[in-house]
Amino acid sequence: MDTTSIDRQSIGPNEPGHTRRGLLKCMAWAGTGILWTMSGGVPKGFGLGGEAVASETGGFTFVQISDSHIGFKGAANPAPDATLQQALAKIAALPNRPALMLHTGDVSHLSKPAELDAAAEILKTARLDTHFIPGEHDVIGDDGKAFFARFGAPGAAPGGWYSFDHGGVHFIALVNVLGFTPGTGGTLGPTQLEWLEDDLKGKGASTPIVVMAHVPLWPIYPQWGWTTGDAGQAFTYLRRFGSVTVLNGHIHQIVQKVEDKVTFHTAMSTAFPQPAPGQAPSPGPMKVPADKLKSMLGVRRIDYAPATGLAAADLTLAS
Amino acid sequence: MTKKIMRGILAAFAGAVLMAGTALAADTKAVAISNFAFDPPTLTVAPGTKVVWTNHDEEPHTVTSASKAAPFKSAGLDTDEAFSVVFNRPGTYKYFCSIHPHMVGEIVVK
Repeated sequence: MDTTSIDRQSIGPNEPGHTRRGLLKCMAWAGTGILWTMSGGVPKGFGLGGEAVASETGGFTFVQISDSHIGFKGAANPAPDATLQQALAKIAALPNRPALMLHTGDVSHLSKPAELDAAAEILKTARLDTHFIPGEHDVIGDDGKAFFARFGAPGAAPGGWYSFDHGGVHFIALVNVLGFTPGTGGTLGPTQLEWLEDDLKGKGASTPIVVMAHVPLWPIYPQWGWTTGDAGQAFTYLRRFGSVTVLNGHIHQIVQKVEDKVTFHTAMSTAFPQPAPGQAPSPGPMKVPADKLKSMLGVRRIDYAPATGLAAADLTLAS
Repeated sequence: MTKKIMRGILAAFAGAVLMAGTALAADTKAVAISNFAFDPPTLTVAPGTKVVWTNHDEEPHTVTSASKAAPFKSAGLDTDEAFSVVFNRPGTYKYFCSIHPHMVGEIVVK
């Protein structure tokens, strides 16, 4: 007995909209931006003029991209595959080749295998060691099965979360888009929180920590679900560390906050912007004039050097 | 399978909310999904009513029962896609969007 029914199915196959014009445009970028150094937990901005050459100081560069939404066809950006390619071109043009790329979720729009495959095809052209976590768009209907089959980390916990070390920095990838309950935002859940406590045991307080998660780990705008209900528990384990950098996606815009030794960043999307908190009836895709779109999409570059810590720079596709 | 278990299963089906088909649906009522909200958030219907949710947002949403006792669960609904449930038994059925859990609604059947 069938208990439910879908009345209309209007989803067609994903048709990527590559254009020659888009390709030419992406060749014309110049690299400018703002660097944020985190000295004593306070971000300090300065121009990106090649000041930070991480590799010369025993450090490394990594990048964050987020919210690719491959499969989205709405007016806010009918070609998210093209803008993802442009974002990767931006990364390829960086003066330092990144050691890692972090994708903070919503790789796909509707969790469809075809969307996830299309995203994987594009992302592999970056030829970077890439670490993924899912967004809520990547786990629709199958709790992320199709997503994890393609982007799951080897050795990850059954829930998909994991950690790894690179160049003296401890990276923690958290999953906060499964097990949603009515009236909440993101959720980590007790099993993952226990794992986190265990994962951090024995780590020296001077170890720089980078935490990636899709939904913001602090309450940006709970009315729109832009919060993670049980993140407070995670920070009781993270608080003793001297440098914690939290990288989130989900809200398709940059919001930053410093709280003691923890610096929080949300990222731009590579697909479409969303309105500032409370500035629209809903947090849905925001249509902006075509010439403005690229200034609202982008990637984040982070340089790490043992002497100076982490420095983050957000680069738009228009810069 | 014992008779008792069989009866339990039959009762669960009969008591359940949902029947696919339209033969039993005396009436159809609509819930719009717009601007990340179910409209109306509370809909009161007579037993046997077919409730149809249609997503008008550019963002996908789901219609997911908040109760384990009377489950119904749509797939991810893209723009202009719809999902329907026939509610046969009186009660209050709370639901939410499993992608955006701050979106909640309820169907009151009486």
